[in-house]
Amino acid sequence: MTQLDDITVKDVDVLVIGGGTAGPMAAITAKEKDPSASVMLLEKANVKRSGAISMGMDGLNNAVIPGHATPEQYTKEITIANDGIVLQKGVMEYAERSFDMIQKLDNWGVYFQKDETGEYDVKKVHHLGTYVLPMPEGHNIKKILYRRLRRNRVQVENRYQAIRLMKDESGAVSGCIALGTRDAEVIVIRAKAVVLCTGAAGRIGLPASGYLYGTYENPTNCGDGHSMAYHVGAELSGLECYQINPLLKDYNGPACAYVTGPLGGYTANANGDRFIECDYWSGQMMMEFYNELQSGNGPVFLKLDHLAEETIQEIEDVLHTNERPSRGRFHDGRGNDYRTKMVEMHISEIGFCAGHSASGVWINEKGETTVPGLYGAGDMASIPHSYMLGAFVYGDICGANAVEFAKHRDLPTLDETFILREKQRILAPLKRSDGIPPNQFEYKLRRFVNDYLQPPKITKKMDIGLQRLKDMEQDIEFLYARDPHELLRANEAQHVYDCALMAAHASMYRQESRWGLYHHYVDYPQTNNDDWFCHVQLYKSEDNQMACKKRPIDPYVVELDEEEKTAYQKMRIQQVS
Amino acid sequence: MPTATQISMVPVVVDNEKCIADKGCRTCIDVCPLDVLWIDEKTGKAHMRYDECWYCMPCEADCPTDAVTVNIPYLLR
Repeated sequence: MTQLDDITVKDVDVLVIGGGTAGPMAAITAKEKDPSASVMLLEKANVKRSGAISMGMDGLNNAVIPGHATPEQYTKEITIANDGIVLQKGVMEYAERSFDMIQKLDNWGVYFQKDETGEYDVKKVHHLGTYVLPMPEGHNIKKILYRRLRRNRVQVENRYQAIRLMKDESGAVSGCIALGTRDAEVIVIRAKAVVLCTGAAGRIGLPASGYLYGTYENPTNCGDGHSMAYHVGAELSGLECYQINPLLKDYNGPACAYVTGPLGGYTANANGDRFIECDYWSGQMMMEFYNELQSGNGPVFLKLDHLAEETIQEIEDVLHTNERPSRGRFHDGRGNDYRTKMVEMHISEIGFCAGHSASGVWINEKGETTVPGLYGAGDMASIPHSYMLGAFVYGDICGANAVEFAKHRDLPTLDETFILREKQRILAPLKRSDGIPPNQFEYKLRRFVNDYLQPPKITKKMDIGLQRLKDMEQDIEFLYARDPHELLRANEAQHVYDCALMAAHASMYRQESRWGLYHHYVDYPQTNNDDWFCHVQLYKSEDNQMACKKRPIDPYVVELDEEEKTAYQKMRIQQVS
Repeated sequence: MPTATQISMVPVVVDNEKCIADKGCRTCIDVCPLDVLWIDEKTGKAHMRYDECWYCMPCEADCPTDAVTVNIPYLLR
């Protein structure tokens, strides 16, 4: 350990930022591959209960299991669900490793549902293939990961918010600057390789309830990684392909087509009729959901009241003990009973999340971002529809590649001027005696996002929205924090701010409509494959401006049949009685 | 720019009779992802200091004495 001015500098071989799902796996794999390497896992909360799966998970949404699905078939399905805009090599890499990861987790003690013959009990939810594997005991998954972290002697640092990544003169990543969330101490972690696993950017939009923390995503996942990647010069991709999910109205948890669908539950309109063919979350499905909400048949409901008592008990058992266990309490308060009435649903606020859609920090099939030594995995990185299992698989890939990268590198040199300037900037809200509280700044920012940036997207509205956001830039130097906790929120709010700007820039750049509701651009209502069959990459230009450019789609490794290409376009049931 | 302090009803309730934070327990404080549970300096017990709750329930599930109850935040009920 060294000192820089009065700043503590910790040196490690591999730094993993984010201890939710992908992060622990990356850290464990790095140590397994090279037990002599020093590996630090930095977490804003506590790795025992952090990230999207803090209370576990009720199933795998994308298990590619021999006998039920092939990697080729899965790669096709995700290509189609994502309107062709995918790095297929990246999806294929996931699909080919999916089954090995399931077996690894199984060996670690994660219980997956098996049928009477002892085979994995895979369910069909997707439009074409069969990939959903229930985890009725999924509430203990964080405990199992934690045990592995201890066993492999990963150095865990809880309650630090990573704020800025650093790079050396060669342009390779050199570590990060972090803030102690309880003592406001700024520290530097110098690393030969960094794996970013900070989860979705779930605090860009404001939930309909108006409660800042009533988000779909765990609100700790506020876009720290997206902002850090942007500022260090990495490209982000597909940010215009927002995450928007169908949720229980007000509660903002998923209605869980994946759990209830295989048991006979479905999404219905006010008449109790099905209106979509497939409840698997896609932009096209969300478009139909949105249309139904706006129509005379709205609002939209989760329908279970036709099911048998024992089926409903099974559903309650899974839904009320895993992932979002407060759901039962919400229903009790409202007098909702799955047996007697349908439960109202609504659409979520916008966000960036590759786990469900396709927006995030660009990575290739090796987990590499466009900055040497910087890797990314999980909801934050750009491999689409990857869910929890994708986070584990890419965590594993990144852990292995990061520790290999670190082997061939000396400890990088640090840019002292940059560190001292950042320290001052990070701590500034705490030095003021009055000003704008972080919660007010964030509320206003996110309300503007709802007013101007959520779909349907309209150029004039997004112009105004962008102007409002730019006007708020001058408010940043008035942010005021009374204690370390409020300082954490002030720094988070600035990352949310960056994400909102990115959402506006990427959306206005792609002048077509694609992915159903996710990028429903009213000025350009058609999909335009001639001009826009490409990724949109967002990056910081040399003059420090937010810029976008096209990136061609890499040649497919699995070709699609003509008929399959439009499968996800036919979501609406043709004859609703 | 002067500021005001407004009150808000918080979702997490701690039963001071059951809470053993004054004997050194920090379980709920450790596991809260949003870091909103702190020690009340007057009582030595855990309490919710910031109204920033995701109603995710590790605090309640992991409490060794069943002292913690997570309610749905008022705005969402």
